[in-house]
Amino acid sequence: MNIEELKKIREKVQKQMDLRSGEKAIKVVVGMGTCGIAAGARPVMAAIKDELARQNAENVSLVQSGCAGFCEQEPLVDVLRPGEKKVTYGKVNPDTARKIVAEHIVGGRVLSEFVFAQEK
Amino acid sequence: MLELSMHILDIVQNSLAAGSTRVEIRIQEDLPKDLLVIEVKDNGRGISDAMLPRVTDPFVTSRTTRPVGLGLPLLKEATERCEGCLEVYSEENRGTRVVARFRLDHFDRAPLGDMGETMGILIAANPSVDFLYEHRVDAKIYLLETREMRQVLGSIGLDDPSVLDFVRQDIQMGLKKIGAATFPKIMEVLR
Repeated sequence: MNIEELKKIREKVQKQMDLRSGEKAIKVVVGMGTCGIAAGARPVMAAIKDELARQNAENVSLVQSGCAGFCEQEPLVDVLRPGEKKVTYGKVNPDTARKIVAEHIVGGRVLSEFVFAQEK
Repeated sequence: MLELSMHILDIVQNSLAAGSTRVEIRIQEDLPKDLLVIEVKDNGRGISDAMLPRVTDPFVTSRTTRPVGLGLPLLKEATERCEGCLEVYSEENRGTRVVARFRLDHFDRAPLGDMGETMGILIAANPSVDFLYEHRVDAKIYLLETREMRQVLGSIGLDDPSVLDFVRQDIQMGLKKIGAATFPKIMEVLR
């Protein structure tokens, strides 16, 4: 492990940290059961993390969950925005994942063509 | 699963579901013995003696969403495909140790895949869990420890996006340095 590189990152991030609010109001959940991983959840998660950073979306917590029982729809991604119903996207690939970040998580517009289920 | 790193991500999910606060992942490539050993050790709640002999049965699972569990059975398959084997040791309330052995240069040994992404995502999604990743190629060693990372990073959480990038790059470069085998040698020749 390259400690010097890590120290450089600390300096860089600390400068940006002063500008952040800290509150994580939006929650994004990626299914990481065996089915999710086999269907490609890992690159989806990496794409979401990367796109959140690119869009400077600081108010999002990205977490993983186990199998939800809809294995054939994996990779599944839930988006929970405060005061709104939960939206679950199915068969997400890294490209769709980036769109979800830009349009839904940041922009607030649900991408209905990729939605698997929506809370009533 | 196409890559061993995907299996590792999957097996570690079991550790996390068992409430582990520390997970140690060790990979050893023993070239003279033509052996690849992957070990995942956690301090989770463990598996009962009654359950332990049946964990590689796909119709045995502790989950409630459906009656099938494929994580360990798939890994067992992957080892046996290349003259290896899977061993699971566990003690209730102490932890579990999964050891997967493969013949390193067997034609059917799955490629290692992207260990950087596996570790990066595990760390990013579970910033409060201690992870250790050790990769040995004979006497050469690469080591990543989140405890050490936390000491350097101070108030910066391990879920910061720059940390994911660091982990991916550090592992990629580290494994290259020690000459870790991504594919079985015979596949390298064919490629």
